[in-house]
Amino acid sequence: MSRTLAQKVWDSHVVRKADGEPDLLYIDLHLLHEVTSPQAFDGLRIAGRKVRRPDLTIATEDHNTPTDNLLTISDPVSRTQIETLRRNCEEFGIRLHPLGDPEQGVVHVMGPQRGLTQPGMTIVCGDSHTSTHGAFGALAFGIGTSEVEHVLATQTLPQNTPKQMAVTVTGELPPGITAKDLILALITQVGTGGGRGHVVEYRGPAIEKLSMEGRMTVSNMSIEWGAKAGLIAPDDTTYAWLEGRTFAPKGRDWEAALDAWRALPSDPDAVFDSEVTLDAGTLSPFVTWGTNPGQGAPLSASVPDPESFQSEAERAAARRALEYMDLRPGVPLREVAVDVVFVGSCTNGRLEDLRLAADVLRGRKVADGVRMMIVPGSAAVRAQAESEGLHEVFTAAGAEWRFAGCSMCLGMNPDTLKPGQRSASTSNRNFEGRQGKGGRTHLVSPAVAAATAVVGRLAAPADL
Amino acid sequence: MEKFTAHVGTAVPLRRSNVDTDQIIPAVYLKRVTRTGFEDGLFAAWREDPDFVLNNPAYAGATILVAGPEFGTGSSREHAVWALCDYGFRVVISPRYGDIFRGNSLKQGLLTVELPVEAVEELWDLVESRPTTTVEVDLEALEVRADGRVWGFTLDSFSRWRLLEGLDDIGLTLRHEDRISAFETQRPAWGVVVS
Ligand code: SF4
Repeated sequence: MSRTLAQKVWDSHVVRKADGEPDLLYIDLHLLHEVTSPQAFDGLRIAGRKVRRPDLTIATEDHNTPTDNLLTISDPVSRTQIETLRRNCEEFGIRLHPLGDPEQGVVHVMGPQRGLTQPGMTIVCGDSHTSTHGAFGALAFGIGTSEVEHVLATQTLPQNTPKQMAVTVTGELPPGITAKDLILALITQVGTGGGRGHVVEYRGPAIEKLSMEGRMTVSNMSIEWGAKAGLIAPDDTTYAWLEGRTFAPKGRDWEAALDAWRALPSDPDAVFDSEVTLDAGTLSPFVTWGTNPGQGAPLSASVPDPESFQSEAERAAARRALEYMDLRPGVPLREVAVDVVFVGSCTNGRLEDLRLAADVLRGRKVADGVRMMIVPGSAAVRAQAESEGLHEVFTAAGAEWRFAGCSMCLGMNPDTLKPGQRSASTSNRNFEGRQGKGGRTHLVSPAVAAATAVVGRLAAPADL
Repeated sequence: MEKFTAHVGTAVPLRRSNVDTDQIIPAVYLKRVTRTGFEDGLFAAWREDPDFVLNNPAYAGATILVAGPEFGTGSSREHAVWALCDYGFRVVISPRYGDIFRGNSLKQGLLTVELPVEAVEELWDLVESRPTTTVEVDLEALEVRADGRVWGFTLDSFSRWRLLEGLDDIGLTLRHEDRISAFETQRPAWGVVVS
């Protein structure tokens, strides 16, 4: 029977199947960070259990870490959480990339860069943006702390079979339009619940043309429209990216792996439960105006009138969002002034993203009164960017060049918005208070972020 | 996990959709390494507003939260479930949930009931006009009952069985340890090993 990519990965990981029960899936790679793991380790200790496969488990420090230095975590509560992870990793024999380690970074940047993320794998992490790894044709999804404990103890997870959805992106992205614009436009089209219960496969010519970085940006935001996972079929772009990385197979193993990976893409007549299509050719720079990632619009549009939405629920949500965002209907989005610009996160904190931002900033200055933070997704990305001299472009423009971490993507470390401040952010969530209590977030691409920093209002490079 | 068969209590109407887990518990409350005491973080930003429904004394002691669609979207933080439980909630009723939140809740014994939008609106009207209305949530009969009205709901039979029996997932899986070991012998030799 013909199968989708996701079904093939699923089938090859079923440990046990029984009527009326979820399938028991084997997990190839378990990623850990400090926030969602402490209670799971406690659970193991209480039950007297061990970590079944420390050799399939790896940890990094990212959410709580400072990005202005590599030594001091000033908040004692954050420090305790980091120290707890260090103790747990030591006690249970798990490899950890701590603050200051050359491989430390946001968990979803670290995995792919080390070559740990490979096609056909099952990957989980106590973090919803685990969907990022789907860009390699892996079945990767976020789990809660109870499930983290379950995977630590058993290296498996009971899972109900998801439905299959295809997102077909036809045409070609216009010059200067990026993966971020694509995924923001898609989420506005389908809504935050559009992918619920589904594993999604992004396909079509516009997806095939994306770099691995771009594909990761798309897969990363699958969870923002409710999808369980977002896969992209592996191809030569994937293999070229992987070859030679630390944990990628070598020599004869590489050949064997390639043979297995080439059999993964969905069969031509595979059946999806539903399909969404999007024409890449129609896309333009896209930004959000509201407080969920489905409340977005082209940069060329104006703040919408809440009354223009179809359902009362949408109207109420839009009214509330505009009140929180302090925006009036009808105001052109290009007139919205920002206080802070954040380039970083597991959505857009990779080398290609930093290059895009640097291309816009080269020879230009960040507008007066605007704070711009550039936060590489990992220490390795930071080192690569410095070897290309990108940091000099950023600092010459007046932006802050920081150390790696989640930083202002979420209000958990010292990098936060102050109440009432407005940001243009390359991260993935514009929820109320996500970047700090009372902060207002507009989600944008790295190119739009950089142009916005120069102009001081939401802008695209073409406006400069 | 504690068994869940049925629950009777009063309900709070939360007339909002897309209540993401960053609203249920903001990130600053996730720094703890223990599993209890998260009630202070529940809806922390919204609770600063004296008009927020949880601050209305009429709903003090309520154990059932009735919310709009897409409840619990966003972050995977199980802390959202712990905060709801620690605050005293046993049941959430909403038309639709974020998948990870739903999974987390059912593992912690917080019953997340899916009812259609119309039923949720009826419940909102009911508990707004009379906050002392008792709502019965019956997992055996798969029914929500209030004020003489009855709404049926569905839940996959495995989750329902686990809740009714109060079973620990890890214990269940470890019954099949031989299968896990057998599977491990067949994994490709070139597969990733971290250490
Ligand atoms: S960068 Fe943001 S979305 Fe990514 S793991 Fe960190 S907090 Fe989560």
